[in-house]
Amino acid sequence: MHTLSVAELSKSLKNKEFSSVELTQHYLDRINRSDLNAFITVTDELALSQARAADAKLANGSGSVLTGIPFAHKDIFCTKGVKTSAGSKILDPFISPYDATLSHKLNIENMVMLGKTNMDEFAMGSSNENSFYGPVKNPWNKKMVPGGSSGGSAAAVAGRLSPFATGTDTGGSIRQPSSLCGITGIKPTYGRVSRYGMIAYASSLDQAGPMTQTAEDAALVLNAIAGFDEKDSTSALRDVPDYTKSLRDSIKGLKIGIPKEFFSDGLDSSVEKVITESMKEFEAMGAELQQISLPNSAYAIPTYYIVAPCECSSNLSRLDGVRYGYRCKDPKDLNDLYLRSRSEGFGDEVKRRIMIGTYALSAGYYDAYYLKAQKVRQLISEDFKKAFQNVDLIMGPVSPTTAFELGAIKDPVSMYLADIYTLSANLAGLPGMSIPAGFSNNLPVGLQMIGNYWSEEVLLNAAHQFQTQTDWHSVLPENI
Amino acid sequence: MSLNKEQVKEIAQLAKLSINDSEIEQSTIELNNILSLMAELGEIETDHVEPMAHPLEMSQRLREDVVSEADLSEEFQAIAPKTGKQHFLVPTVIE
Amino acid sequence: MAWETVIGLEIHSQLNTKSKIFSGASTEFGAEPNTQACAVDLGLPGVLPVLNKEVVNMALRFGLAVNAKINQHSIFARKNYFYPDLPKGYQISQFEIPIVGKGAIDISTEEGGAKMVGITRAHLEEDAGKSIHDLYEDHSAIDFNRAGTPLLEIVSEPDMRSAKEAVTYAKKIHALVQYIGICDGNMQEGSFRCDANVSIRKKGSKKLGTRAELKNINSFKFLEKAINIEIERQQDILEDGGEVVQETRLYDAVKNETRSMRTKEEANDYRYFPDPDLLPVDIEDEMLTEIKNSLPELPTEKKNRFISEIGLSDYDAENLTAQKSLADYYEVMLNDGAEAKLSANWVMGELSAALNKNQIDVQDSPISARELSELVKRISDDTISGKIAKDVFKAMWKGNGRVDDIIESQGLKQMTDVGAIEDIIDGIIANNIEQVKQFKAGNTKLLGYFVGQVMKATQGKANPKQVNKILNDKLS
Repeated sequence: MHTLSVAELSKSLKNKEFSSVELTQHYLDRINRSDLNAFITVTDELALSQARAADAKLANGSGSVLTGIPFAHKDIFCTKGVKTSAGSKILDPFISPYDATLSHKLNIENMVMLGKTNMDEFAMGSSNENSFYGPVKNPWNKKMVPGGSSGGSAAAVAGRLSPFATGTDTGGSIRQPSSLCGITGIKPTYGRVSRYGMIAYASSLDQAGPMTQTAEDAALVLNAIAGFDEKDSTSALRDVPDYTKSLRDSIKGLKIGIPKEFFSDGLDSSVEKVITESMKEFEAMGAELQQISLPNSAYAIPTYYIVAPCECSSNLSRLDGVRYGYRCKDPKDLNDLYLRSRSEGFGDEVKRRIMIGTYALSAGYYDAYYLKAQKVRQLISEDFKKAFQNVDLIMGPVSPTTAFELGAIKDPVSMYLADIYTLSANLAGLPGMSIPAGFSNNLPVGLQMIGNYWSEEVLLNAAHQFQTQTDWHSVLPENI
Repeated sequence: MSLNKEQVKEIAQLAKLSINDSEIEQSTIELNNILSLMAELGEIETDHVEPMAHPLEMSQRLREDVVSEADLSEEFQAIAPKTGKQHFLVPTVIE
Repeated sequence: MAWETVIGLEIHSQLNTKSKIFSGASTEFGAEPNTQACAVDLGLPGVLPVLNKEVVNMALRFGLAVNAKINQHSIFARKNYFYPDLPKGYQISQFEIPIVGKGAIDISTEEGGAKMVGITRAHLEEDAGKSIHDLYEDHSAIDFNRAGTPLLEIVSEPDMRSAKEAVTYAKKIHALVQYIGICDGNMQEGSFRCDANVSIRKKGSKKLGTRAELKNINSFKFLEKAINIEIERQQDILEDGGEVVQETRLYDAVKNETRSMRTKEEANDYRYFPDPDLLPVDIEDEMLTEIKNSLPELPTEKKNRFISEIGLSDYDAENLTAQKSLADYYEVMLNDGAEAKLSANWVMGELSAALNKNQIDVQDSPISARELSELVKRISDDTISGKIAKDVFKAMWKGNGRVDDIIESQGLKQMTDVGAIEDIIDGIIANNIEQVKQFKAGNTKLLGYFVGQVMKATQGKANPKQVNKILNDKLS
């Protein structure tokens, strides 16, 4: 059962090959046996009661294509009555009193939430080693990281502990773990999916998306979660197309741009090999490849590592031990309450980014840092705009390397540098996708595709076509 | 732009984070390493570039002035670290 | 040493919308603690702000009413600092580009002239919650009902030169925001809060002195006192050769002094930056035109109209237009046909005195505008004298019925029958031969005595004008 995709599971449930309760129990058993540490909270009872409700719907023929399908939910999304920690000690006591819009949207499909997945604290990290709840292991090689920040979600899907999972992507946090874990992940255009109830890291960069086994599954889930939300001012008033409709279109004549800046020194040569091989598949299907340039790409790192910390330093000020979450023991005065609750509650990486952001916004430095970064952000976006005048899609690697060893990268800056290929899509607000494209040293390599604004259909179509010609996406880690 | 330990202490105070003396050395080094990444931005000419605050070219949507929220004070206070009968409590604040 | 005082005011006016600026929670005053603080107001993880349309309308109404430049593209910014009544650890406000730019309003000066007070800007922001320090032992209690209430912060240029001028300006703004219906002006409930920036400098100097910001002032009376006591304090310091420290000072109404606030925000760097959860507020020309056309007649326009069209004096016009409800009341009387000057006197005289004595607003007056206009008409048509009218007014206030009923039932009709008055006067002349002799000999003051006698004889109902005329005729 657990090697079936969402699309396949949906058919099976409708055909009564098994019930949602059976399916759910099957996943719950696998989760409970697993040592990947992919979950922070497993919601057994809730899941089974949701499965029963789903079965009732399926029995009388009502219900949607996603009814009865279990999923793993990144612990960054507020879920009413269920612990929501964002991977942090400071929210360890937090039982959310409300549902994120995205949580709600999945609930009304009568889906089954298996639990909340592990993640880098407040979405800050690229390895899932920054979690209060311990690191997550990569199912392909348990000595390796799964990537981050949506490491738990990626591991859950790769390890088939769940047919799909939800993730969020601020600087690559869906695409990079998808690449390192050999699954499919899509970060939609900024504003496509509601951010209401999604614990904010960097408000102008954060976006939620599905992490799945296939492009088809991603399209099915995106159909359910995309759309305007009146509770989110940054949510786009734009119709949601049926993302599954154009999956089977031919990609003959599709113009694909390959940025030369994405193929420079830092890229591991065997990763590069996998990428260039996979591009040949697209050519074989009739797509036209051409080299393009995104001249300001290199500046994505300093730009992102100013903008994101600035926004998060402010977003995290509400974690102060006053109204919810962790409060230090016996605070002797207000200042002590703030200092100790926050210092005891936040992990090191979060504190670092808060410090950088606080500094960059402070008097005298605003122009040189934040304002400057927003201007460079404009330049980076313009590079893409120019490129998309000539191409439909941009393609390249997701990560310079495959998954690395747990504990191998201790220096924060080295970790940041690995985000080089994914950051610019967030800065520009463009949709980006990672699909399994092969292996290097028995570890997955993801192919990245970046589309123009609102072109998720183009991405999903190209991804799906690739997945009809290759079967990287169906390869399973050992012992699954 | 290199920070000294004093500046790091001030930033921590602004951010309500405590850094004790044994940590300050390490924090200062780490922060300076990160800040040296930013130095590259100084290379680019941006005098005539508009800052991009948002990827979306949209204006703020306005909502109708109606009361749409019910009283959920019990639920909210149930998850608070410390409450009185109807209030959120903190150690006494002296103004 | 001749000192000049320089004063600027920052007024926080709570906009009286039904719901909060960024959430759908109610803004009603007086609710049980924390029952009107929703998830967005509490700053729960993951919540987001959405801007209230009516708040924008109200800000624009104000901007247009003070002839200000409207920034049709304005930005919300975060003001970052930690305080328990500030749920998100930042206040959503406006910094570089506020919705309302430079404007001005004219005020009357003590010397009887007028001057323009500049308005630097007016911007939108959210209010914080309330901290209560004496409810629990060792703890402060926070009520977040007020968190998220919309505020319009109106910043004046430092154009005022005395406490009285500052109060005049504050009262003018107070009246204006009520006139245009954006604020209820209730200072006791905190809907209208004035902070004063006060500094002094040598007369003739162009440079501004160091200012102190005075807070915690909740009445116009205290505003005047606080500023004056602060001016004294600063003068004392400077005359002793010291320097004024730039700081925030709280006004203590009991001791009538200001004291320095413990460094709450002094060391704070607010790290303003555009709020990434909100988009720029873009105002279309059509919206501005619509709002401009929907503005009621403003106080200054109304006052000028009262002077030019109705013929009231500056003083009368100023007082009648100070409060919209009073001006409306007066205009109902005029529309009903009551004489302008007489109505003005009654509204500012007997009516205002009675309202003040009973501590009620004109909206709660037991005598309606229509009813008062009837009374005024009965004076104009000589049915009753002005003096008797006062008694009728008192009876009406108590609820004893309508004007005509009261006049009828108490037999208060003025005696206007010339013949009858003549008869009575003849009688009095006959009975007061000595006084008549003295009057004719030159003691004209005795006229008052004769008038008094006539009034006594007629229980005050004789028409005074006629009495005077007939007496003069008969005694000459």
